[in-house]
Amino acid sequence: MLSIRLENLSFCYQQGTPFEKTALRNITLTIEPGTFLGVAGLSGAGKTTLLRHLSGFLRPTSGRITFDGLPVDAHGARDLRRRVGLVFQHPEDQLFEETVYKDIAFGLSGAGVSPEEAAERVREALEAVGLGEELLERSPFGLSGGEKRRVAIAGVMVMKPSVLVLDEPSVGLDPRGRGEILDHIARMRRKRGVTVVLATHDMEQMARYAEKVVVLKGGSIVSEGTPREVFRDAGALESAGLEPPRITRLMMKLKKALPDIDDGIGTVEEAAEEIKRVYRGKGCGWRRHDTRHAHGQICSRQFDSSPVGPEDEDTAGGRLYDACISC
Amino acid sequence: MKILLAAVFMTLVFLADAYSSFLLLIVFSVTAACVAGRPLGHSVKGLKPFLFITLFTVALNTVAVSGMSQDGSGCFSSVIREGVVLSIQIVLRLFLLLTGASLLTSTTTPVSLMDGLEAMLKPLKRFHVPVHEAATVMAMALRFIPVLLEEAERIYQAQASRSAVFDSGNPLKRAGRCVPVLVPLFVGAFRRADELATAMESRCYRGSGGRTRMRRLSFSRADSLCASTMLTLTAAFVCIEYVM
Repeated sequence: MLSIRLENLSFCYQQGTPFEKTALRNITLTIEPGTFLGVAGLSGAGKTTLLRHLSGFLRPTSGRITFDGLPVDAHGARDLRRRVGLVFQHPEDQLFEETVYKDIAFGLSGAGVSPEEAAERVREALEAVGLGEELLERSPFGLSGGEKRRVAIAGVMVMKPSVLVLDEPSVGLDPRGRGEILDHIARMRRKRGVTVVLATHDMEQMARYAEKVVVLKGGSIVSEGTPREVFRDAGALESAGLEPPRITRLMMKLKKALPDIDDGIGTVEEAAEEIKRVYRGKGCGWRRHDTRHAHGQICSRQFDSSPVGPEDEDTAGGRLYDACISC
Repeated sequence: MKILLAAVFMTLVFLADAYSSFLLLIVFSVTAACVAGRPLGHSVKGLKPFLFITLFTVALNTVAVSGMSQDGSGCFSSVIREGVVLSIQIVLRLFLLLTGASLLTSTTTPVSLMDGLEAMLKPLKRFHVPVHEAATVMAMALRFIPVLLEEAERIYQAQASRSAVFDSGNPLKRAGRCVPVLVPLFVGAFRRADELATAMESRCYRGSGGRTRMRRLSFSRADSLCASTMLTLTAAFVCIEYVM
């Protein structure tokens, strides 16, 4: 496993020319082995530049980056790239072979892997991105956009990197494809324990998958922590031009009425649990008698104050949700 | 107009032989660069990639010219000097060419370059040469060079990140290793061309027939000033080279 540490890392494009542009400023960050790190930020915030440092394509202008305590050169750039698999934005643009099989196996050709093992690894990689084996003999150019992208990701996974770095892997895909790709990556991560670094501006994805999030703005880190911590720090998130997930915004509104609710929650499933918990904690009295008052505070217009029985918990939660979404 | 002037300038550069005419040309290009507001250091920096080639030519010239004129008459040092002088001339020539060319391209957008070219070649229309189309194609080619370079860089890195090896093996193998970059690059270029064609068509582009211009080129006072300067320069040049 590889731990990556960035210390006061800054990077400047075209240094010393009139086109000089600072892309990263004083980034200090530790990526522990096995974590799922989310890198959030708008386009131009420095996400891609940061990721390219992680596989040694860019060298910091100042500050340093170490892998297991050693700089890039001590590992050898090529060796490092084998251990840190970087999936570029629009990775489908890198496909070139005649068949999907050959394309996925491309990286293995120089690695001294026997044909049998290569076949096995290609199959594993294909499964890891959720594609069927019937595609192996097809031309990659005849596939759909989502399939192409998965083939390209498989082409990196086949190298079995210990750190998988993904630059906006789901951009431009339909919602279902988006979720599927990340679900597969999360599953593979659980299975093999690889480190995943995911750059995205989709905070819903952050909430669902990341253990730790850093928010970039203009090349600096403006907020970092667990997704919940980051979402609660709404000011920083907003200043970076991002919005917490919709469900988190709902929880924030609910917090005004129910102070002990956790407003950092980022997924609908967790939110449902949390609402149930708070509801139950309040006891029957609140449900039966204080409904009018509580709901009136949340949204007097939408939510009628009919009494709620214990069996109606989910419905009530649902109605609460509807009410607040619409106000 | 600029194109024409640049062309004249470059011809002069090639014809220059005497020291004084070189001096004249250098002074001219430096002032021109200053007038255009381009720092000269920039074009010196632009020379950097050519440093190797320049040094190579210098070395080659020194050796070759020295070898050529070794007729036993002159002493060895004078022969060497001849070679060195020639190579310095070549370096200067290269520098002047680059300055001239970069002046042209850095002060003129591809679009106005295209317009200029089109205007210049208009007479060819008589002979059914599709001047407008050719100029459009040229301008687009110019426009897409940086895009393609960037894309090539990106694909190169993408392939390298899945352990492609580019820099070892014999030349034939190395050529083979370009395939993973070239194929996606071409695919991308075709896709881009297709998209561009669709975009142009959806804006009702129909080639040269009856197209009006948003910015008309006109021959202004600055242009005539430039032209007369160039004329003076040429005259001075001719004087130095052939009369003196």
